[in-house]
Amino acid sequence: MNMSKRFIYGLVSLATIAMAGSSLAQNSPTPGGTLNMIAQPEPPVLMVGLNSQGPTLYVGGQIYQSLLSYGKDLKILPSLAKAWEASDDGLTYTFTLQDGVKWHDGKPFSADDVVFTADKFLREAHPRWRYIANTYVETITSPSPDKVIFKLKKPFSAFLYAFELSSFPVVPKHIYEGTDYRTNPANQTPIGTGPFKFKEWKRGSYIHLVKNEDYWKEGKPYLDELYFRIVPDAASRGVAFEKGAVDVLRGGDVEGFEVRRLSKLEGVTTTTEGWEMYSPLVFLQMNLRKAPFDNKLVRKAVMHAINREFIVKNVWFGLGEPATGPLASTTRFYTKDTTSYPFDLNAAKKLIAESGIKPQEHTIRLMPIPYGSQWDRMAEYVRQQLEQLGFKVNIQAVDAGGWSQALSDWNFDVTFNFTYQYGDPALGVARHYLSSNIIKGTPFGNNGGYSNSKVDELFLAAAEAVQTDQAAKAYAEAQKILTDEVPIGWLFEQRNVTIMRDKVKNLVRTGIGVNESMDEVWIAK
Amino acid sequence: MSFFRRYAQNVGALVGLAILVVVIIVAAAAPILYPVSPWQGIGDPLLGPFEDSAFPLGTDMLGRDIAAGLAYGARVSLLIGVISTAVAVLIGVSLGAVAGYYGGRVDDLLMRFTEFFQTIPAFAMAVVLVAIFSPTITSITLAIAVVSWPPVARLVRGEFLSLRSREFVQAAIVIGQTGPRIMLTQILPNAISPIIVTASLMVATAILTESSLSFLGLGDRNMMSWGFMIGAARTMLREAWWLSVFPGVAILVTVLAINLIGEGLNDAMNPHLRGRKG
Repeated sequence: MNMSKRFIYGLVSLATIAMAGSSLAQNSPTPGGTLNMIAQPEPPVLMVGLNSQGPTLYVGGQIYQSLLSYGKDLKILPSLAKAWEASDDGLTYTFTLQDGVKWHDGKPFSADDVVFTADKFLREAHPRWRYIANTYVETITSPSPDKVIFKLKKPFSAFLYAFELSSFPVVPKHIYEGTDYRTNPANQTPIGTGPFKFKEWKRGSYIHLVKNEDYWKEGKPYLDELYFRIVPDAASRGVAFEKGAVDVLRGGDVEGFEVRRLSKLEGVTTTTEGWEMYSPLVFLQMNLRKAPFDNKLVRKAVMHAINREFIVKNVWFGLGEPATGPLASTTRFYTKDTTSYPFDLNAAKKLIAESGIKPQEHTIRLMPIPYGSQWDRMAEYVRQQLEQLGFKVNIQAVDAGGWSQALSDWNFDVTFNFTYQYGDPALGVARHYLSSNIIKGTPFGNNGGYSNSKVDELFLAAAEAVQTDQAAKAYAEAQKILTDEVPIGWLFEQRNVTIMRDKVKNLVRTGIGVNESMDEVWIAK
Repeated sequence: MSFFRRYAQNVGALVGLAILVVVIIVAAAAPILYPVSPWQGIGDPLLGPFEDSAFPLGTDMLGRDIAAGLAYGARVSLLIGVISTAVAVLIGVSLGAVAGYYGGRVDDLLMRFTEFFQTIPAFAMAVVLVAIFSPTITSITLAIAVVSWPPVARLVRGEFLSLRSREFVQAAIVIGQTGPRIMLTQILPNAISPIIVTASLMVATAILTESSLSFLGLGDRNMMSWGFMIGAARTMLREAWWLSVFPGVAILVTVLAINLIGEGLNDAMNPHLRGRKG
């Protein structure tokens, strides 16, 4: 195996010399090289189990791995688990682990680590996994060093989608057992199973990872070094890419107008793939507790009054798709068969008249989410459209903390928010609509206060379904009811763009995009 | 020579006055010229200047008329410039007059207080004030006033300090006039020229400060302002220059006009400069 690989490499280099720039050289991986990226903003920590913000996942995803990964079509892919099996009653899930996996400190990886991660570490440190573990999981056991068995209390149709990097990073038992996870000094020198090892972190400057020579995939990774540069200024990030100091820009590293400009540069490739697992959906959060948004017809009117294509095209530079309902079209169980709201001001005005609401009597506070100029422009657009319906609208400028606070305390009229869908509605969507999730203290719950027992029932039925088609049926019906009642004004599905130099190959392979282990990434010489 | 004759001798000052009058007319007539709110997108997005005769200065990314934005922005700029200056002059004159007239401990106390404000960079303090009291037109106006009164106080104190030992003030004291009355009726009229000149220049500074705040996103989100227009368009400078150039020119021209007027007033009112060619 090794011999033949080396032979191929030799052949490739010969071919490269013989026919410089030929397509053969372009298509076969060559080992070696350094990949420069940007971590924006600088992550607080690289320990993915303790922090699942974007930059932490981006860097930490090279150090830590999860049991499973997911394709661009959300097909389940092996990662630390090479095989998985669900029993017919949907109550027992068995994972078989990869052979020969070692932690970066040389200790062998085994099923004990997975059991510790699931039962102890993440149950304490990870709110999403805690909810799943406490609601559905009965026991977690390892009958042999390469097998882990999860026994559930009741079926959970989304269970196999809960093993993605941000939800289930496997942590080393021998380092964390019996310690205080958050203050463990090992958090500063992360030890994982991934293709790259932590080398150095110069705060405010760069994070340096190097090739894991003992990586469990034979002959991988191809790259020798990864640098995640820290560049706090958005314009400088664009320039760093332009000048070739970095090879990759993750979605969000530069603003939309820069994406458009940088995409047109010579020798640059872009893709919107690699976000399917997250499929961020941007929506208008209305407070259903008070007038005028307690009135369903008003909410329908708002949907008709906002031209979502205009928003995507003119505010977001085309980097999105208008949303049609609670589920992103890129995720499982999405259905088109729902009430749609084409842009139609006259229909909107008619609905307002029907609703009996006198819009001029209502002054609406519109609170933009303070994430940059595009969100501000969107707020201005929404205000202008609401004003056309006759409402008075005041834009309430807040900072990020103020936004989170106001939303968590339900002290708002209208604001924006977005949600990651995590591949399955039970994980990323239902939380915004379940009446059991009308809780203060988080901006990502059911903050509008929508409550419909039929919808609750359908979401629960779908989550506990054993057969996929049962779940699909329940989700389809839930989508129908929701699009008729408009508890949330769905605006658009974000399409984040990854920009890279042409020489970077195989970077976006799966539905988690650049957070995926970069063990297959190589740089064309 | 009358005051107006002297003022008119300065060509620059006349040009400045003419520009300012135009800006004031446009600001006053904005609702008549552009009955639709400047926030309302009424054309195709990103029309260049003169591409569509209905929008001679073009439209922005949401299809809002740039010309309408300029007209409504003039109202905000002038309003904030004038009111914040008035407030600042009121504070500055009161403190400076009291400090200069009474001297001694009172002077020490008030001047240390003034220095406290002077040592903090004015713009940074304005940013902090606006950020603390959420950005509304009132908080912005007051923040600008709060950071711009110390120079007035200094100036007025100096004038009062030198005038209070003159014979006419001594005479007023002798005939038994009270302190406040002397300050208001005897000294202030004699110190008014430099105050007017300073105030006129402060209006220009206030307009610039408001634009800078709006540029940074600390403006009143419900008022169209020139600084906001530039701030919003900044990101698209390469694609749509007209979004930021026109409001930029508006700020430049208005501030220049007010400075020219200030200069003209100075020439006309300062007896030492009489005879200087304008």
